[in-house]
Order: sequence, then C-alpha cells, then structure tokens
Amino acid sequence: MTLLEIKALSVTFPSNTGPVQAVRRVDLQIERGSIHGLIGESGCGKTMTGMALLGLAPQGARIAADVFRFDGMDLTTHAASLRGRRIALISQDPAAALNPVLTIGRQMDDVLRTHSAQPKAERRVAAVALLTATGLAGPELLLKRYPHQLSGGMQQRVVIAQALATGADFLIADEPTTALDVTVGAQVLALLRKLVAERGLTVLMITHDMDVVAAVCDRATVLYAGLSVEEGPARAILTHPRHPYAAALLAALPDAVPHGQRLAAIEGRIPSPTQPITGCAFALRCPSVMPVCHEVPPPRRGGSDHGWLCHLDGQAP
Amino acid sequence: MDLARYILRRALLSAFVVMGVTFLVFVVAQVVPSDPAALYAGPRPNAEQIEKARVTLNLDAPLPERFARFAVSMATGDFGVSYKSRRLISQDLRVYLPATLELAVSSTLLALLIGIPAGVATAARQGSWGDRLGSLGSILAVAMPTFFFAMLLQMIFASWLGILPLSGRLSREISISDPLPFITGFNLIDAMLAGRPQVFVDALWHLILPALTLAAYPAGIAMRLTRSAMIDILSRRHITAARALGLPERRILYGHALRNAVGPALTMIGLSFAFALTGSVLVEIIFAWPGLGRYVSDSILSKDFPVIAAATLVVTVCYVLMNLVIDLTQAVVDPRVALK
Ligand SMILES: Nc1ncnc2c1ncn2[C@@H]1O[C@H](COP(=O)(O)OP(=O)(O)OP(=O)(O)O)[C@@H](O)[C@H]1O
Ligand SMILES: [Mg+2]
Repeated sequence: MTLLEIKALSVTFPSNTGPVQAVRRVDLQIERGSIHGLIGESGCGKTMTGMALLGLAPQGARIAADVFRFDGMDLTTHAASLRGRRIALISQDPAAALNPVLTIGRQMDDVLRTHSAQPKAERRVAAVALLTATGLAGPELLLKRYPHQLSGGMQQRVVIAQALATGADFLIADEPTTALDVTVGAQVLALLRKLVAERGLTVLMITHDMDVVAAVCDRATVLYAGLSVEEGPARAILTHPRHPYAAALLAALPDAVPHGQRLAAIEGRIPSPTQPITGCAFALRCPSVMPVCHEVPPPRRGGSDHGWLCHLDGQAP
Repeated sequence: MDLARYILRRALLSAFVVMGVTFLVFVVAQVVPSDPAALYAGPRPNAEQIEKARVTLNLDAPLPERFARFAVSMATGDFGVSYKSRRLISQDLRVYLPATLELAVSSTLLALLIGIPAGVATAARQGSWGDRLGSLGSILAVAMPTFFFAMLLQMIFASWLGILPLSGRLSREISISDPLPFITGFNLIDAMLAGRPQVFVDALWHLILPALTLAAYPAGIAMRLTRSAMIDILSRRHITAARALGLPERRILYGHALRNAVGPALTMIGLSFAFALTGSVLVEIIFAWPGLGRYVSDSILSKDFPVIAAATLVVTVCYVLMNLVIDLTQAVVDPRVALK
C-alpha cells in the first residue's frame, strides 16, 4: 500500500536574480513498511525534499506539487499537524541535531511529553526502553549526559531514539551514516532495518552513498539537480542502472573499480539551482551525451516499477 | 566535578579582585592631595590638633603596616569615622546600602524579566510589526536620559493617573507615625518579618517607578542582545530538529533556544547591576531615595576619604558577589561554560 505519493514537487525561492530552484521536479512513491532510498550528490535537493514533507521548508520557500499525499491526507495543509506525530526526522549530522546545553534525558523527555500524557516516571521508563532499543548501553547513565560527552555513533542512536519517541510511523532519515565511520555506520543501518521490521515503520533514506542503498533500501529514487531522474527497485538500480547519472554514481563506488585504479568520479558539477535547464540536466556531464540532450527534456522511459528520464533508448553504457 | 571546580576558580578570582581593589584604594589614599589629618582635625585646626589627629589616624606608621591595618579593619567591617559627620561609616552604610541594594536588585530583576522575554518574542517574529515596535522601544529605553524617563514616569503614574507614589521609600503615614522596626534595612523584608502586609505593599509600590527607571537601560540592551543571539540560534540545526520532532514552539523558544542565547544578556545585566549601586545618583535624587549614590557623591565633594574608601570596597564586594551569581547561572544554563 502506498503511504507517500508525490508528483512534480518543486521548492522555489524567489530572489532578485531569478528563482532559486532547490527542488525542480521530484516524484516519489513510497510503500508502507519499506525503506526507500533518495540518492544524489551534495546540493541536489535531498534535504529540501524532506523539509517540504515536514512542512519545515525555510521562510520564503514556495512549495508546489501536482500530488502531495501522505496516507490519504494532503501534505500542503496537513504537514504541520502530521509532523512529529506521524512523520519524524532523523536529522543530518547528529552532533548538530542535538541541543548542546540540554541533557540527553531532557531531550528525550521533551519529545515524549509532547506526544503522550504519561507521568514523568513512566516517561523515564519509556526513554530508557527507547535508548535500549537503539542499542545504547547504560541508558540510565546516558540520560544525565550532554551530547558532547557522547561519541558520534551514540549521538546518532540518540537521534534515532528521539524519532522513535514521537511514535511516528514514517521516518525521514537524512544521511544517518555520513558523520560516522564505516563500521559504526553499518551498525546504525542494521539497527534501522531491524526497527523497520519490528515496528512496521516506513523510512525515506536520504543518502549520497550507493552502498547505503545496497545495504538497506527496498526501492530508490535517484535525484539530480532537483529532479528525480530514475526510480525503481534498489536491486535493479544497483545491477542495471538505466540513467547515465545512476550508472556514474555506481561506478564511483570504491569496490566497483579494480584495485589501484582511479575512481571513476564524475567530472564537473551539478547545475546551480539558479540555472534554468532546457534539455537534460545531466547533459553537460554525461558520457553518452547527444546533441538532442541539450535541447529537449528527456522522455520518461521504462515501466511503472522502474522508470527513468533519458533520451537514450536502452541500457546506459 | 566540573561545576564545583569552576565555581571555586571563579571564587578565587573574585577574592583576588577584592584584594586588588583594597590595595588600590589604599594607594590612592596616599596620593590624594588633601591631608587627611587636617581634614580629620576639624575646621581651621592648629598644628597641635593636626599632630594629634595624625597619631589617632596612625599616619606615622610605616606604609606596609598601615596597609595591613587598613586591610584588616576593612575586612572586619570597621570602616572608621567620616571626617565630615564624625559618624561611624558602618552605621551610615547599614542604612544606605540596603536602600540601594533593594533598588539595584529589583531593577536588575525587572531588566531580566522585561528585556529577555521581549528579546525572545521579537526574535520569534523577526521582521513583523511587533518586532519593529519592540526595536523602537529598546532604542528609546537605551537612548532616553534617565532623569527624563524618571520624570516622565512620575508625571504619568503619580501625577496624572495617581496610582503610584511620587517618591520616597514609604508613605509618610507609615514612616512617621508607625515606623517599621529596623531589622535588615530592606523595607520589603522588614515588613514581612514584622508581619505587616500593608507596609510590604506600600514599600513595593514605592519601589516600582525608581526600579523601572533604572531598569530601562539594561532592559533595552538585554533585549537587543537576546534578540540577535536568538536569531542566530533559531537557525541552528538542532532547532529544526526539535521542530521536526513536533515540539511546541513555546518550548523550543524558551526551553531550547533561549538557554543557548541568554549568555550575553546575563553578562550585560550583571555589569549594569554594578552601575546601579553607585551610578544611580540622579534617580535617588529624583525619587528621594536615601541610597549609596548620594552618600558617596556628597563625600566626594567634601573629600571625605574614609567614606569613599568604604563605599568603593562595599560596592566591589557586592559586584563581585553578583558576578559570581551570574557565572553560576551561566554554568547551570549552559554546561559548556564550566568546561572552558
Ligand atoms: N534558504 C534557502 N534559500 C535558497 N536556497 C536554498 C536555501 N536552502 C537551501 N538552498 C539551496 O537548495 C539546494 C538544495 O539543498 P539541500 O540542502 O536540499 O541539498 P542536499 O541534497 O541535502 O545536499 P547535502 O548532501 O549537502 O546535504 C542547494 O543548492 C541550496 O543551495
Ligand atoms: Mg542535506
């Protein structure tokens, strides 16, 4: 069953030098109980898409969409009331997402008392249970600690525990492993997958790392310059990427390249959000670019399960 | 523990400050051009009287000994005798200091209670009409001369509306016909100790206008400091994170953001407390408030050095104590302060 359905979402900031298009046109369809990856390089609008879902886009942002539905409700009007109740955020960079002057206990309790009428003692028990559920040892002691006294991995688990404390069934996890080293990151991903299975959660997993998609995602959407350029089952995207950008992302992975060989990093940069795009957004960096790519927006190809935007008919090189 | 160590460090530093000021006061006493013995000996003294005063005041002993005696007597609260009035300075201070402290503490509290919430409220509605109005108010509060603001308040609340008394610490009916027993010298506290609620209310009513006058400047600055710090903090990721967890905006503003943002305003209000102790002469005159400011400025005019020395030290100690309270508050509000 579809929990979240978005068609043609855009987030635009009007400015004196023309509109800043943080998100140009994003389609998302997320099934209940799944982990859906949202992958793309820095600045392509991943966080902004999440913020739009939460109704927390910065002041001055114009949000538009053809379809913007969560569990049958229109997000344009319901985002604020769903926020923290049904939809919660696991914020990018846990060190910055925790308030430096409040204890972990206080920050957990603030979430719990917002969402339940339990007495203080019961909320404490609940906080301890949630910290335990996220794999933190010695939760009682932890409640008295300040964020700076915790390691990055512990901070990330606390942030996850906070999101669970809201009781929300849809979590937006914004690069939950970027600030962590590889082993700790893998543990956090395993934890998230376990929580999804145990609690019937749905997760939008924002990442710039194909490894994360490979590790936990059921389906994924590839974002480029504020556009969703490919969407499909994670396995299909990982084994047979159709959009040249998805293919390039995959080729940039360390273990996709024989040892000692230079990483196939993608040359160039994404177009700036102020730059209007006439043809294909990826044309300037595409290894298989054709003249038509600069002029005509690419058509949607593939089926309903796996679709992509490209002038090339068939498999990417 | 970090906090205990931090407080100990601050307390030691404060002790050094007090010692340093004691030394300075003593040194200044040695270089003031007027001869203390001549002043002490009374009007038109002859040489013999001056010599006698010199012995009484112990002016012939070697300097280190004189400093030691000076420091010891200051520490024991023996401030000596006023050259001019011949009264014990400690007795004068018993009267003037509580009056001044009552005013300084209540104006400091007012500055906190007005300036900080106003700063939060305007930061939360940045760019709105309320924000602009608040900024205008804070500029007025800071820019308006104290005496003018005092007279404005008197005109509105005492003369026109007649809801607050014009001046003094207590109504005449009370202070003359049925005076409070002198216990602490703080009218509010003495009234409570004496179990006389009407007197408490009367003292409070008298306190409002002078306290408001003194609070205007620090409140205005505290508001601006709080506002700009809040605007900075409100753009931080942990605030967005708190919103994304559904926390109510009120708790985000006061429970989360303000704790990060209140530091500069607290420091500033601590400084203004020191100023209110002796810098409130005009306010004391306008509101007929028998405080330290007038006592000291009178003694300066008559070169009454023992009074100046005593007042300087007492003010230093009050200020240092206030600063300790502020430091402690900062450390409790923001645990990182104690770690630096
Ligand atoms: N308040 C704002 N006004 C105008 N443009 C903004 C604003 N905030 C963000 N942007 C722009 O929106 C674009 C998308 O930003 P976003 O934070 O969503 O990127 P991201 O994909 O999450 O990148 P990262 O991987 O670095 O987190 C960026 O180009 C950014 O400059
Ligand atoms: Mg981001």
